[in-house]
Amino acid sequence: MSESVIERLGSGTLRHIGYVGGLATQFWSTIASLAPVLPLVGNRHRWRSAVRQMLVVGVDALPMVGIMAVCAGFILAMQGASELRRFGAMNFVIELVTIGFTRELGPLLTAIAVSGRSGSAFSAEIGSMVVTEEIDALRTMGIDPIEFVLAPKYLAALIVLPCLTIMCTACGILAGGFFMRLTTDMAFGIYISSVVHSMVLRDVWTCLVKSLAFATIIVHVGCLEGFRVRGGPDAVGRSATAAVVKSTFLVILTDVGFTAIFYLTGGK
Amino acid sequence: MDRAPEGTSTEPAISVRDVVVSYNGRRVLDKVNLDIARGETMVLLGGSGSGKSTLLRQIIGLERPESGQILVSGVDLWNCKPKVLKKLRHSIGVAFQNSALFNSMSLEDNIALPLREHTRLAESTIRLMTWMKLAVVGLAEFGKLSPQALSGGMKKRAAVARALSLDPEILVFDEPSAGLDPIVGAELDELILGLKRAFNMTVVVVTHEMASAFRIADRMAMLYEGSMIEVGTKEDLRNSPHPQIRQFLDRVPDQIADTASIDRYFQQYLEGSSA
Repeated sequence: MSESVIERLGSGTLRHIGYVGGLATQFWSTIASLAPVLPLVGNRHRWRSAVRQMLVVGVDALPMVGIMAVCAGFILAMQGASELRRFGAMNFVIELVTIGFTRELGPLLTAIAVSGRSGSAFSAEIGSMVVTEEIDALRTMGIDPIEFVLAPKYLAALIVLPCLTIMCTACGILAGGFFMRLTTDMAFGIYISSVVHSMVLRDVWTCLVKSLAFATIIVHVGCLEGFRVRGGPDAVGRSATAAVVKSTFLVILTDVGFTAIFYLTGGK
Repeated sequence: MDRAPEGTSTEPAISVRDVVVSYNGRRVLDKVNLDIARGETMVLLGGSGSGKSTLLRQIIGLERPESGQILVSGVDLWNCKPKVLKKLRHSIGVAFQNSALFNSMSLEDNIALPLREHTRLAESTIRLMTWMKLAVVGLAEFGKLSPQALSGGMKKRAAVARALSLDPEILVFDEPSAGLDPIVGAELDELILGLKRAFNMTVVVVTHEMASAFRIADRMAMLYEGSMIEVGTKEDLRNSPHPQIRQFLDRVPDQIADTASIDRYFQQYLEGSSA
């Protein structure tokens, strides 16, 4: 019995190491295939496909991310205010919302929204291409599936996710301003100048670095789940679920890592 | 157009040498040997799980054998420069079982894809060539449609048109008549024969539809449990005494074959005890 537990532990560990290995291999081959996707210097069909992905991953996600950010901005401001007003420190709500969104909520909320919308879509698309032998067909035609299918998605996410993150952060901060206007009659101009005052450049670039890392995780986990589909259409559905669960989990795990690094290296 | 490295005309178009493939420790192909001559139609036969689809995946270079070699025009697929491998791939056109057309593109774009990817031809030339390939399979007027709008037989023909787009020397079909009614299946057989006559291609077909196999084959190869048990002409196969080939050709289910052997066993036992 104890042997079987050890065996299970061992095979589980090997499976996870294999998964991470698969992610790493896929990541490097995508980096190697990114050049043909670039505009002007690359293949125009790839760039066109990347632009299409930008529309699907980015533009179509705007309303959802925007509404989520506004709601989260309100929630953060209300929760903060309910405590801070007891100390007469309502002004700190501005800092709370600004720092909260630029450092944390902006990239995280965007990543979770995109992982739910597009991570699952990537794995379902690629998974069904595997099931219908389209990926095999690409390979027999001498077309690299990583370059043809994955690289445009990755480039699109690398461009679009930071943009969405900036928009998400802006919406959250604006919602905080609206809340302050309603509760303390603070003029919007004063709110904005306080926001600019409490925002530091370091927070902005950590926010963008995080969003690039999250884009990498969402695209690569989603696509790897798709490429690993074996069997029939039911496996495609399972892979879409796995893509969302795994990428959300990895996004939060990576976020902890990044925040810890920034906390330890940054000081004040 | 890119051509595969020229081999001598006498050497086989495809040569499978001692190929071994295992999945999860189970041997799926066991030292399989097969030579497919230039210009011939080779039909690979075998029941489900016999390893014929695995052999096909080996021939078209989708999987690497555990040991052994796959030579296309005399060049080892897995022991050549990437550039040569790419050219070899262009010399093999594959029509997949499920057609494998890209649903996100129109039929025209599906067929134009290999040309757009691998040649620097002008768009007008690509359009003309695409139209010609579609005309060969009788789908010239359907180019603007999405693959989803086509019937099963039309999809199969469209897959053939795409396989033809780089003017390959070898055309490979995976279960061409699977899922088609007998009339459409017969039409596809005629298409394969017509293509072979017109372009003198080497054709490899994996199937278990016997009528279709005997209609199109020059030679046949029969796989059973991962081993090549017979390679020969149609007559060789028809007259083969090999029990597995007889069972396959006479459509005898396994269970009945088993009962027959049990009967034989009892008979031998009774004869033994009476003697």
